[in-house]
Amino acid sequence: MINLSQKLNPKLFDKKVDQVPIRNGFGDGLLATGEKNPDVVGLCADLTESTKMNLFREKFPERFFEIGVAEQNLASVASGLSAMGKIPYITSYAMFSPGRNWEQIRTTICYNNRHVIIAGSHAGVSVGPDGGTHQAIEDMAITRVLPRMTVISPCDHIEARKATIAAADLGNAVYIRLAREKTPVITTDETPFEVGKAQVYYGSGSCDVGIIATGALVYKALKVAEELKKQKIRAKVLNVSTIKPIDTEKVTDVAKSCGAVVTVEEHQISGGLGSAVAEALSQHFPVPHEFIGVRDQFGQSGTPDELLEHYGMGESHILEACKKAIGRK
Amino acid sequence: MQSLTDEKIKFLEEKAREIRISIIEMLVSAGSGHSAGPLGMADVFAALYFHILRHDPKVPTWPSRDRLVLSNGHICPVLYATMAHAGYFPVEELLTLRKFKSRLQGHPHRDFLPMLESSSGPLGSGLSQAVGMALGDRMDKGKANEKFIYCLMSDGELDEGQSWEAVVSAAKYRLGNLIAIIDRNNIQIDGYTEDVMPLEPLSHKFESFGWHVEEIDGHNFPAIIEAVGRAQAVFDGPSVIIARTIPGKGVSFMERDFHWHGIPPDKEQAKKALHELRTLGGQIRSEHQ
Repeated sequence: MINLSQKLNPKLFDKKVDQVPIRNGFGDGLLATGEKNPDVVGLCADLTESTKMNLFREKFPERFFEIGVAEQNLASVASGLSAMGKIPYITSYAMFSPGRNWEQIRTTICYNNRHVIIAGSHAGVSVGPDGGTHQAIEDMAITRVLPRMTVISPCDHIEARKATIAAADLGNAVYIRLAREKTPVITTDETPFEVGKAQVYYGSGSCDVGIIATGALVYKALKVAEELKKQKIRAKVLNVSTIKPIDTEKVTDVAKSCGAVVTVEEHQISGGLGSAVAEALSQHFPVPHEFIGVRDQFGQSGTPDELLEHYGMGESHILEACKKAIGRK
Repeated sequence: MQSLTDEKIKFLEEKAREIRISIIEMLVSAGSGHSAGPLGMADVFAALYFHILRHDPKVPTWPSRDRLVLSNGHICPVLYATMAHAGYFPVEELLTLRKFKSRLQGHPHRDFLPMLESSSGPLGSGLSQAVGMALGDRMDKGKANEKFIYCLMSDGELDEGQSWEAVVSAAKYRLGNLIAIIDRNNIQIDGYTEDVMPLEPLSHKFESFGWHVEEIDGHNFPAIIEAVGRAQAVFDGPSVIIARTIPGKGVSFMERDFHWHGIPPDKEQAKKALHELRTLGGQIRSEHQ
């Protein structure tokens, strides 16, 4: 059962559910936070439209800086702007920022204790036809490992907008993971969002399996939970939009109430959500745990659905993983 | 900036000598660290902290201060020594360099010494940060004062691609409030810069990238100060001062030898170095003789 208190999109399970790219929420959120706070500045590395920073650029041209195809400079110029009291948002594709410029993010932003928001668009294999070079499936691992970094992976464009606005007040480095493709709208403006808090979107009380998901795959997790219900298996779905700091309390509650968990992410199994959940549960409440994600491979060209199926992140894979986890109890 | 008198030049020379003595004392106490670069840049640092910079050592966070970004963090002994002699913190603290819990980390770290403008060490990213500071300062023009952002860099770090990303962006944004000073000492860890990865013609490179270029003797106080004055006057674009320095300057057996890039003197070598610095190479009698 959908958790009504979360005020999710009532058309969530309709065949014609609204679909909007997650990155659009970043564009709307940056514009909103820019209107509220004159210290907010935007920097981009030659991808202003596809990262949706163009909305901010058009409204605040004097607060927008085009850095060109130079992601290392992008990160460190932002560090310098932060040193002067600005709140820089930087964007590129996740593969290049935080991919290409990881050391600059580590040293000139995190180590330097600067408040810079890094929005990495086109994350995951769902980038599709561009192929493996452009499919960031390591970005959560390389950001999660950095001290002072908050890592947020929104499940839809509405959550991305809320995360983008909230990031202006965090005071430390923030990575926001965005996706290119149109994604089913899961939440509404009224859905609770708080950095560092995971939310139960489906199921309540004692269940058979807990599906702990992040990003666009939260939608597939919810659909799998509906399918499991038909098969008399009770599933709970936890949306973990903040990967770091992970909401240990909620993750542990899910493990306690379900006795087995499946983590679901469009990312390498190493170092992302699954690892964060395993780190939490192995200390607090170990239960059987199955992992949905990319298994130590690079991506390739294809449609998003073809790629999600190929790399084992389709609904059938999640469903099988749930049964396997239950079987290991 | 005040005009430069003969008396002030003598004062600056004395400060540079004190800074070099502190550098040797710090390095021998630490037992590791870089010798050549810090000694070579002592004159530039003395000129900056005792003549050029608008700053207040008693109020390090004064908002209107000039900003100084040390991009090549490994020469931090000269930064720490100069800051101590300028009154930012006690000179005695210099001997804690590189020790556990010291504010004077092996490479500068703002967590430990918040009065630093930037943590640094990995090469090639300081100029980008200075570009960001210059952009941020310019956004505040009207509500703030005229300040300058100085970025101190090494020649070796120009091997880093990011340095050139910063160079083109500073020119694009016509950052007249940005002044880079390159320690052109021609050495890096593996040898002479022109053997490791040739940089010449360096001044032409910067000129063709749209920068105002000054090339000077980095041990000549009037030259340093006049070059900064001219750079300050260029308001429609960034300036670079290529300061030709002698690595290890002031200690005869270290001068011009790249082997001293990344190592400290041992106790005997330090004694000899300190004697040279205290006697100005035998020109005066040391108080310790």
